[in-house]
Amino acid sequence: MDWMYMWMPIAGVDILWPGLVLIGFSVGVIGGFFGMGGAWMVTPGLNILGFPMAFAIGTDISHIAGKSMISTIRHSKFGNVDYKLGCIMIIGTVIGIECGAQIVMWLESIGKIGSVVRWVYVCVLLLIATMVFVDYWKAVRKKKAGIVGEHGAEGLTWYKTLHRIKIPPVMHFKVAGITCSAWLPIMVSLLTGVLAGFLGIGGGLLRMPALVYLIGCPTHVAVGTDLFEVMISGLYGTFTYGAKGRIEIWAVFVMLCGAAIGAQIGTIATKYAKGYGIRIAFGLAVIACMVSIILKQFKYDIPATVLILGAVGLICLYICLIMFRGAAQELREKKAAEEAAVA
Amino acid sequence: MKIVSSGLILVVSLVALLLPEILWAAGGKAEMLVVVADTRHVSSGMNLYLLDLYNTNPMGFGLLCVIVTALLGSSLGFFTDLLMKQTGIDLKSRKLIEH
Repeated sequence: MDWMYMWMPIAGVDILWPGLVLIGFSVGVIGGFFGMGGAWMVTPGLNILGFPMAFAIGTDISHIAGKSMISTIRHSKFGNVDYKLGCIMIIGTVIGIECGAQIVMWLESIGKIGSVVRWVYVCVLLLIATMVFVDYWKAVRKKKAGIVGEHGAEGLTWYKTLHRIKIPPVMHFKVAGITCSAWLPIMVSLLTGVLAGFLGIGGGLLRMPALVYLIGCPTHVAVGTDLFEVMISGLYGTFTYGAKGRIEIWAVFVMLCGAAIGAQIGTIATKYAKGYGIRIAFGLAVIACMVSIILKQFKYDIPATVLILGAVGLICLYICLIMFRGAAQELREKKAAEEAAVA
Repeated sequence: MKIVSSGLILVVSLVALLLPEILWAAGGKAEMLVVVADTRHVSSGMNLYLLDLYNTNPMGFGLLCVIVTALLGSSLGFFTDLLMKQTGIDLKSRKLIEH
């Protein structure tokens, strides 16, 4: 069984490399489908495989950058990436993350960092999950009442109110199909950046629902555009953690081999899923993350890890099922069309 | 005059005594833990080059990580894209249906 272990010369540990491929694959599927990096799933997984925590975080960020690049390329070919919107949001994100980090430093100096961050994280996740399920419930009611828009029935439409605030410059974002003040994406990304910097996460988990509910992007475009931003912030994180000596580059390579396939599957699965299907699955993933953090807060570390990894496995299987069933259906229809054309 | 000069001497002495104490007590920021990669059992080649770069040039290693990640990401993305094209699935269009 020695062949299943790979020596990591920088971290100084032997790692089960099939575990790395599996983590890369699962997070590739989930990240490509939901439009997020997935650090909250990968870091505990790497820690369990044997990486010291600092190396788990640094290696994870580097892997996220590479995986997001793969997903962005694929989403871009589907027409799901609004580069103009993504570039404008980077401004707010970078400033926001730095502000969030400063708040953390201040809390640390007054000795209040630990539980404050965890409980804020739980509240934010609860808010996101509530938004997603209230949105779905409202959309179902509207659909039953026959109130259907261009892309189907919509639940929460906060973005419509925000679009009415026309502070110049007003810009049109062609891929997202929205016209709004440029300050809207900047302020939204500033808010999500502050939260991400404060909570120590990449921000995809926060930015995707913000793109949908506050900016008004269609879900698929929110997924693709968010991945573009995760890629940019991931590359910056790669440099900073690499310079601090906390990246195991061979582990990144192994994880990316799994992530490359996973990202393709997750991204293509969005083609066969309706926007609300993606939102509901996202809401369930957020709930699993929230419960895991609550368990960790009360020192139930093993159940927290089991819950997160179990949720990752189940969601990954669900997305793979969507993709394979959708692809099989498409190929059947294509074959039937070709046979009809020949006849 | 004598009281003023005594007072001044007292203040100066106190400062002279307290200053090193303040500096010691303040302490510096905690230094980052330095990890050194063990190159003793690594044969020559890519592994040795990477570990030497890691040990001697942190900025260079950081830059290399970015370049390697970007190259790996784009080449794996391109390669798996070619693989997916072989399946016959339409990879250029999708419908935007929310509900």
